[in-house]
Amino acid sequence: MTLLQVKDLSVHFRSPNNVTTKAVNNVSFSLSQGETLALVGESGSGKSVSALSILGLLPYPMAFHPTGSILFEGQELLNTPENTLRKIRGHEIGMIFQEPMTALNPLHTIEKQIAEPLLIHKGMSKLQAKERVVELMNLVGFADGISRLNAYPHQLSGGQRQRVMIAMALACEPKLLIADEPTTALDVTIQASILELISDLQKRFQMGLLLISHDLGMVAKMAQTIAVMRNGHIVEQGQTSKVLKNPQHSYTKHLIDSEPKGHPSAISRKAANILEVKDIKVTFRGQKKSWMTRGTGDVKAVENVSLSLVAGETVGIVGESGSGKSTLAYAILRLTESQGQINFCGVELQHLSRAAVRPMRPQMQIIFQDPFSSLNPRLSVGQIVAEGLEIHQKQIGKLEIENQVQSILQEVGLSPEASHRYPHEFSGGQRQRIAIARALILKPKLLILDEPTSALDRSIQAEIIALLRDLQKRYQLAYLFISHDLKVVRAMSHRILVMKAGQVVELQETEKLFTKPTSPYTKSLIKASFDLLENN
Amino acid sequence: MTFSPLTHRRIAQFKANRRGYWSLWIFGVLFFVILFAEFLANDKPLLVSYEGKLYMPILQTYPETQWGGKFQTATNYRDSYVKKLIEKKGWMLFPPVPFYISTVNFNLEEPAPSPPSRENWLGTDDQGRDVLARLIYGFRVSIFFGLILTFFSSIIGVIAGAVQGYFGGRLDLIFQRVIEIWSGLPILYLLIILSSIIEPNFWLLLGIMLLFSWMSLVAVVRAEFFRTRSLDYVRAAEALGVPTWRIMWRHMLPNAMVATLTYLPFILNGSITTLTTLDFLGFGLPPGSASLGELLTQGKNHVQSPWLGLTGFFSLAILLSLLIFIGEAIRDAFDPRKVMAR
Repeated sequence: MTLLQVKDLSVHFRSPNNVTTKAVNNVSFSLSQGETLALVGESGSGKSVSALSILGLLPYPMAFHPTGSILFEGQELLNTPENTLRKIRGHEIGMIFQEPMTALNPLHTIEKQIAEPLLIHKGMSKLQAKERVVELMNLVGFADGISRLNAYPHQLSGGQRQRVMIAMALACEPKLLIADEPTTALDVTIQASILELISDLQKRFQMGLLLISHDLGMVAKMAQTIAVMRNGHIVEQGQTSKVLKNPQHSYTKHLIDSEPKGHPSAISRKAANILEVKDIKVTFRGQKKSWMTRGTGDVKAVENVSLSLVAGETVGIVGESGSGKSTLAYAILRLTESQGQINFCGVELQHLSRAAVRPMRPQMQIIFQDPFSSLNPRLSVGQIVAEGLEIHQKQIGKLEIENQVQSILQEVGLSPEASHRYPHEFSGGQRQRIAIARALILKPKLLILDEPTSALDRSIQAEIIALLRDLQKRYQLAYLFISHDLKVVRAMSHRILVMKAGQVVELQETEKLFTKPTSPYTKSLIKASFDLLENN
Repeated sequence: MTFSPLTHRRIAQFKANRRGYWSLWIFGVLFFVILFAEFLANDKPLLVSYEGKLYMPILQTYPETQWGGKFQTATNYRDSYVKKLIEKKGWMLFPPVPFYISTVNFNLEEPAPSPPSRENWLGTDDQGRDVLARLIYGFRVSIFFGLILTFFSSIIGVIAGAVQGYFGGRLDLIFQRVIEIWSGLPILYLLIILSSIIEPNFWLLLGIMLLFSWMSLVAVVRAEFFRTRSLDYVRAAEALGVPTWRIMWRHMLPNAMVATLTYLPFILNGSITTLTTLDFLGFGLPPGSASLGELLTQGKNHVQSPWLGLTGFFSLAILLSLLIFIGEAIRDAFDPRKVMAR
């Protein structure tokens, strides 16, 4: 039986100065009970907007629907008054959001938040609701949570928060569950268990599941049907296995092709030593409980990490969030205080003063994860890229700086005229190229890449990886590649360092690590991230 | 000068707030006019034609003998004897308001304070001085005092906040405590005590007020620097080896300026109000100077002469409202939610 029938749906946005943006155009799909439909596409393709219009959660009247109808069990939802929709939201249709930290109210306990739909839709008493909450916590596999019903969202981990979100969405046993990138913000090992939970619950309650994702591997495992979206249109729709095996549309092919693959180019035998790090320790001083206890709250973010790097080599650092990957990078660059030896090109950095490190900085550069926050929005691209030169090479003139900026922009695949524009005029991938240009203009020997691709769409990821590999080959750059995405790390690195809770779990040649992981933690990481892929 | 697109959008947003936009124009015009107060309200003529030659007494002092009088002293052009002397061989052109702040109108038809008349548009105060003339000069003093005080206190406040926010740690801790103690001092009492020991003047008052008013911005700027400190592009600049002062100036200050600019009109208002308060209490500018606070005192002392109180009230209310409206528009202009929703 058809549960949800979306026909010819269009969503347009109207701006104050009457410019209309067409976010979704004539999209149709349907979903029956117990079925899973995946909406796949890159950011900005309109998949979230389509899903939100089912629940009428768009910013009306700025958003409007020129055409379309959404039938849920035969009832029209589009352009329905708020009062009617409110009875359906959370009751008949549940929703799981991408970022559980921001989707939960930080000021309410988890019990109150899970119980809220029960009190509103089911008219339960507080006592009844509490019983049901306990039941739900068991259901979502968060049994330890029963003793923590009075906890606030910030006291839970990411995975626990997502379980709370699922419990909230399931509280009234909805017939349709909308999951908007339910695992994107989570670590790989947790991702797998959350997905398992969702599909398990779906089977049990015969729910329809509308899954929104950019991750083809995950979709292949979860969904029976798939709809590929691009620029607000559905370009291809059909059975998941068929579409993924035998894609018809060029864009689908492109999406499937952009899974990271390949290997870095070999290192030359005579490669010079670039970086030698020994026993790095970073401790964050915690809040003292009182003046009597001393440093009880200290957090050891990085403990005794050693690694070395030669020219042209990439060492990948993997680990879950909070494992100290980024802190290690900052410590190596002397952006965070640390203990231990940092030998960079024969110079011991640890004993140098801040001012004395400064002349060394052009040699070692960093690329950050989020290209939106790593570029100063108030400076033009030219100014951003030129800043390093202006400081470190004061003898060269304005014209020469401009020439160098132009040529480096071309090298990273941007047009030279980009230098007069501002960061917000560029897409995520282009911004990451700007960040790479800013680092490369100083001709560094070491480039630290702190999750350089995780804020980007898959197909753009592939382009950036290709660019980075190419640059490494040309300039014999040494990379320290930080990521939580094992697939990307595998495609980039010669050796991989696995970190957990600030400590090194394993440091191994890439292929050896994947074929014969020695530690159980590495095994579980590999299993979690490649399990999904194998079904492909 | 080229503006970034962000600035363009902000200007558009500022203009979209009609009330604030018009307030800025009205304030601008008033400010410009008041810059030339001497040509607007003065007891000396703008221009004198005497025996075919032109004189500008407003710029230069002439003795009475110049016009055939008897005294070597500076001419009192309002004297009917002098008027006759000059008009016999030429003519005089007075400013629209032919009174200076200290000019006493001796030809009043009623005892001072006298009500508005054709000669004294807003009446006179209890010493027979023209209220409009005193209002114009008092307005100017208030605005200048406010502007200068705001300018210097923002410079000090921004620097103090920036240093605390950027370096943080112990320095920040100590500075914060110092500010807490310093802001605990009762400014008004301190000014009253000081002004009973030494006779205050414009610059002295400004200096004393400056000692305390710089703190209002510190908290905002400090918070903003704290926040920006951990932004990726600041880290990136650090990794590039950009010197500290340049990071603060180029990458962090523009962020803090948003908060600062939003605050400025309100600080300006506060400064004007404080000066008015002191003048009202009689501890402000030296006796005889024109000021809004002094006008209000007169209004309070002569309730039967409502033109004094009403003039003081309306001029102050209009000035403060204009600044608040401008402040609101600036706040709108910098509101990221309004600016980003293109």
